[in-house]
Order: sequence, then C-alpha cells, then structure tokens
Amino acid sequence: MLPRHKRFLGILATLIGVTAAIYLILTSFQDNLLYYLTPSEAITKNMDEERSFRIGGLVEIDSFKRSEGSLKSRFVLTDGIESIEVNYTGILPDLFREGQGIIVTGSFDNQKIFIASEVLAKHDENYMPPKINAVKEPSS
Amino acid sequence: MIPELGQVFFIAALASALLQFLGGITALFIRIEKIEQFVERTTAFQTLSLTICFGLLTTAFLQDDFSVLYVASNSNTALPIGYKIAAVWGGHEGSLLLWVLILSTWTLFLSKDTALKSSPELRIVALSILGLISLGFLIFILYTSNPFDRVLPSPLQGRGLNPLLQDPALVIHPPTLYAGYVGLAVPFSLAVSSLLTVNNHQWAKHARSWTVLSWMFLTGGIALGSWWAYYELGWGGWWFWDPVENASLMPWFLATALMHSLIVTDKRGLFNGFSTLLAITAFSLSLLGTFLVRSGVLISVHSFASDPQRGLFILVLLAFFSGSALIIYSIKQKKNEQEKLHPLSRESLLLLNNVFLCASAGLVLIGTVYPLILEMLDLGKISVGPPYFNFVILFPFIPLLISIGVAVFSNWNQGQKNTMKKLSPIILGAILLGVMIPSIYGWTSLLTLVGVSLAFWTILTGISPFIKNKFSINKTLIYMPMMLGHIGLGLMILGITVTSSYGITIDDSMSIEQSSSVGDYEFKLTEIGRRNGPNYLAQYASIEISKDGEYIETVYPEKRVYDSSSMGMTEAGIEANLFRDLFIAVGEDIGGGSWSMHLQYKPLLRLIWYGPIVMMLGGFVRVFLSKKNLENYQ
Repeated sequence: MLPRHKRFLGILATLIGVTAAIYLILTSFQDNLLYYLTPSEAITKNMDEERSFRIGGLVEIDSFKRSEGSLKSRFVLTDGIESIEVNYTGILPDLFREGQGIIVTGSFDNQKIFIASEVLAKHDENYMPPKINAVKEPSS
Repeated sequence: MIPELGQVFFIAALASALLQFLGGITALFIRIEKIEQFVERTTAFQTLSLTICFGLLTTAFLQDDFSVLYVASNSNTALPIGYKIAAVWGGHEGSLLLWVLILSTWTLFLSKDTALKSSPELRIVALSILGLISLGFLIFILYTSNPFDRVLPSPLQGRGLNPLLQDPALVIHPPTLYAGYVGLAVPFSLAVSSLLTVNNHQWAKHARSWTVLSWMFLTGGIALGSWWAYYELGWGGWWFWDPVENASLMPWFLATALMHSLIVTDKRGLFNGFSTLLAITAFSLSLLGTFLVRSGVLISVHSFASDPQRGLFILVLLAFFSGSALIIYSIKQKKNEQEKLHPLSRESLLLLNNVFLCASAGLVLIGTVYPLILEMLDLGKISVGPPYFNFVILFPFIPLLISIGVAVFSNWNQGQKNTMKKLSPIILGAILLGVMIPSIYGWTSLLTLVGVSLAFWTILTGISPFIKNKFSINKTLIYMPMMLGHIGLGLMILGITVTSSYGITIDDSMSIEQSSSVGDYEFKLTEIGRRNGPNYLAQYASIEISKDGEYIETVYPEKRVYDSSSMGMTEAGIEANLFRDLFIAVGEDIGGGSWSMHLQYKPLLRLIWYGPIVMMLGGFVRVFLSKKNLENYQ
C-alpha cells in the first residue's frame, strides 16, 4: 500500500469514527434531554402529555396535602405568577418544605396536573432554583 | 488579631509565589545555578506561609471568633471540635485556601525530587509555572473570597456547618479530591516546562510518579464521595451523573490515560505530543471542575449558594492557563518522526485505550456542559439526565475493557505470536465465570452477561503475570501496579454491573409490627423512638431484618433535626457484607400510624468501593514500594 493510500484510509476511518460518535450523541440526546422550565413557561409552552420535563419552583404555602397512611402527596408549585398542581407518589427529600425551592421531574396528565416521578431539593437550605431567584426577590 | 496575622501571612505567600514565578522564568535567560536556590527558597517560604495561614484560620474556628465572616457562616459554638476543624474547608473561602495550600505542598515536594535535579532547567521552569498557578489563585482568593474578612458588629453565634457536611467521610473527601485535582498541576507544569526548555521526552520519566500519586488521590476522592452520597444523602444511590461528580470523573479519565501514555513516552520515546496534550487537558479539566463546583452555574444537587463573579474569575484563570499552554504546544511541539507501529504491539494498544478514555471524558464533557452553553446562548434551559450517560459511556468502555486484557498480553515494539492461542483459555474462563452470575441471580439481559464477563476478563488478565510466574511475589513485583490496578477495575465493573442489574428498590409505607419484603429479605418495623445527639434531635426507627424467617440484624435508621438549622437529615440504616447491602431510610410520618420507608437490596455493591481501594494500592506500590525494584529491573 502506498503511503498516500494509507493516509486516505486513516482519514476515512477517523471520519467514520467521528460521524458515528456525533450520531450516537445526537440520538441519545434526543431521548434523554429534559427541558427545565419555570411554572409560567410550562404553562405557556403547553407541553405535550407524556413529554417528560423538569419544573423548578417554590412549594406554595398551605398547598401540601397527603392522603393519610399512603405515599401519595399533592402540592402546588409556583413562581409567583403561575401555579401548577403536582402529584407525587414516593418519599419526599429532607429539605422539602412549603416555601422551599425544589425541582420536579415528570409530565402533565390530561387534566394538566403534573405527575412527578422525582422530587429534588437542594443540599443547601438557602438554595433557590435558577430563575426563581429573580422572581422572588422583589416580593421579599 | 489572629485574622490580621493570617492576612499578613497570606500576602507573604502571594509575594513568594510572585517571586517564585519571576525567579524561575529568568532561568530561560540566565545561568541556572544563580537562580536555583532562590526558587527553592520561595517555594518553601510559600508553603510555610500558607500552612501558618491555614493554622490561623483553624485557630479562629477553634476560638469561635465570629467576628470573622467565614467562621460565622460556617461554624457555631455547639459544633463538636472535630467538625470545627473540618468546617475550615466546609465553605468556599476555606476550601480554596486548602486548594492553594495543597498546590504549594505539591510544589515543595516536587522541588525536593532528587531525580529531577538532573534536569535543572526543566525543574526550575516547572516550579516557576506552579508559582504562576498559585499566584493566580491567591489573587482570586484575595479579591473574591478572602477567608479573613471581618464582619462588624460581630454576631454572638455562628450559622453552623451544613449538617450534610457533619460526617467523617466528608471531612476527608474534599482534601483527598483536591489533592488529586491539584496534583495534576505537576505533570502539567513539567510538560509545559519541557516545551519551553529542553523540548524532548525526558519530562515523562519525571512526571510518572507524580501522575500516579495524584491519580491515587483522585481515585480515592471520587470513591469517598460516592460512598458518602450513598449513606448520607439518604437516597441509596452511589453515582448520579451530577455535574459536580462528572467534574471529578473527567480529569480521572484523562489522568488514567496520561498515566499509561507516559509509560510509552518514558520507555519508548513515543507519543510525546500526545502525553503533553493529555497533561495539559487533564489539568485544564481539573480547573474546569473547580469552576463548575464554585461558580453556581449548574443545575446540580450539589449546588451550594455561590457567586457568579467568582465563576468568571476562575473561567479567566482556566482560559489563561490552558490557552497559553496550548499556544506554547502548537508553537514548540516538534513533529514526531514517523515510526511504524505494529497494530498489536503494546504501544498501539495503549494508544487505542487512551483514545477510548479520552472519548469517555469527551462524552461526559458534552453531557455536562451542553446545558450550560445552551443556557448562555439563551436557547432554553435543559438538563441531561443519567440515561444519556449510562447509555453513551458503554460505547467507549466495552471496547476499552476488551483491549485492556489484550494489551496486558502484548509486547513492546512487536506483535504477539499466537495471541489467540494464549488468550483463548482466559476468554473461556471469563465467559464461564460470567455465566455464573446470571445462573446465581437470574437472567436479565445480554448486557449484564457482557458486563460481568468483561469484568472477569479484566481480573483474569490482570492476575495472569502472577500465574505465569508461579505465584512468586518477587518476580511479579514489577507487574504489581498493573495487576492491582486492573484487578481493582475489574472488581468495580463487576460491582457496578451486578448492582445495577439485580438491585431492588422499594418505597413503602410501614406501621409498627408490619413487614415489607424486598427480594428474599423481610424488613419489620418494631419501634419508633426519639434520642438526643450532641447538636441534634433524632427520631429513629428500629427495623428487624430477616431472611427466610431467620433473624439477621436490627438497624436503626434516623431522621435528624440539627439545632442550627431547621432542615431534616436522613441517616440511613445499613446492613452490609461483601455480597450485599441492605439499606433503609426513614421517610416521614404520613399519618394513620404509618411511616414512609425507602428500602433497598443491592448485591455486590461494596465492590464499587473496594475496587478503587485495590486500584489505589496498585498506585501505592508503583510510587513507594517498588522504586528500588523498578530501578533494578531497568
């Protein structure tokens, strides 16, 4: 094989490798990207049912309800402008409290109730979810 | 008085870092003997000043001096004394002070490296570069995060340490991880110094032990963090692909690649450019990690309240150091002479594996920073979840694990005759052992079988020199670092595969005298009670674990409320042995006499942490024990 041919083969192999990598990343991004929205954005964007995404907001005061003896809970997530009702079955994180900033992952059901599969609170009790900070400050 | 004294020593450290940089850089222009001693002295003086500085800050914590803002925000009088010391690096300012202290300590040790004294130019310029890095961070601390800032009027009581950080593992986790991050500055400075001075592959010989040493710290730091997250965060997971975790994993991939690439550069004089680039990028990713953790730009469960100005400063430092290093590289790096590589020689296989490791780092990097870039361009806020990482990491890792075993059996500079013949018994053994796992735990998927077979393949090929030399420790001492490293990796992969494939997680509501079953295990809630800790109040559950009616153990998971803050903390109850972990975390009182409980059964989970310990042992042998033997061998 001439050196020229060798180099050509080398370039070809690299190109194939890079293309495969980009294809891999793009397809797995497609399936695994989660949008992160505020409650207002979630309502205006009118997210499809079953489409999974994340909402960051504050748990509205006096909105938390739990059916006695079960893991099902309901609460309202707000950014001071819009509110979304969230249903969650499972254990809530330690830092979950009314008035606290949290992030939920899940999707809307057909009545625009957000069915959360995951509830995250932050390590830091003074933490605010991104974007909520700006909304909250004027009122406090 | 003490904070002012600390300030004075801080400025002294800053001045000596400046002198260390300026003095060292003159070595490029004047005779080196004139400057050598001066640079050594500035290095020692900088370390001394920073040690005193750190000591004074610790004293302020021990004396509960709340007139110091940093002490007031991270400690209070009720904190046990051990955690008062740990609180010194519990916040942003103190942890950065620790960062520069560790950097200057590494620098001091490098200046004492006797082998390096044979290349005075390389050595002095490397010390100068380390001085410049230190200078950059000292200025950063002085302007944005001074730990000695006073607060007037001073509060009577401090805010206390974040309860999550009040844990023994968290006391040693940050220093260990930092030692690993910062240690990568040593190969970085040697590589750049080599480009500026002698411009040959000599630096690789000197950088090897330092790279292994910082790789050990990095390995230990990551493993400790994972262990802490498992038992302390109360979720029972061991890896979350959280950006902050990724920030430590990326330099680890590259440090591992660098470690192996340096072997080739040192022994065969090949891949000098590649090793240089790896050294530069590994340290750049350490800086990126520091930026990600400290800037608050992330949607991360690890996000602590932080300040964007600080992030910008670190970003400037990052751009400066990696940018200028890459420019120097592009100007100075000589074109490698074309050398014919046999495709199955050890050189080629090591190169291939390093490419896979770089690809792993790249895939993790994309998933970590893509959301940040999108947000900066105002294209919306997204997050990339664990499914992405779990999926894409397989593509570089499966071929990587396959070729690790082949590389062990290869020779330098030539192909191997009868490779297949030699490897086939091991391949067969790995598959047989691999099949054993689904036959114990049950069939799940082909991926599980591939994962465990590759784990056994890595372990068996790792042990092979030992078997070949009839179990003589003396004869195999030279292979010991590789053997332990690969066995550790294999054990970890085995643990990861089995835990992810066969682990069971259940959230359940439990009331007194009621049982829940997880797999073969029964968990029975017998009591809910209260107890007082030193600075917290705990509510505990007592849970009896049994298997097939046979009593095993009672565990007491807790829910704690610390005096200094209103936040609750989960202390999990864990019953563990080598083969399985049983994990219980108390949720909350959900009314009707019931409590929510998080229950887990995780087989072979411990291997995920024992594996890295074995890997570190390999590094330890390489750095300390076998130095004499290695010299004899060569």
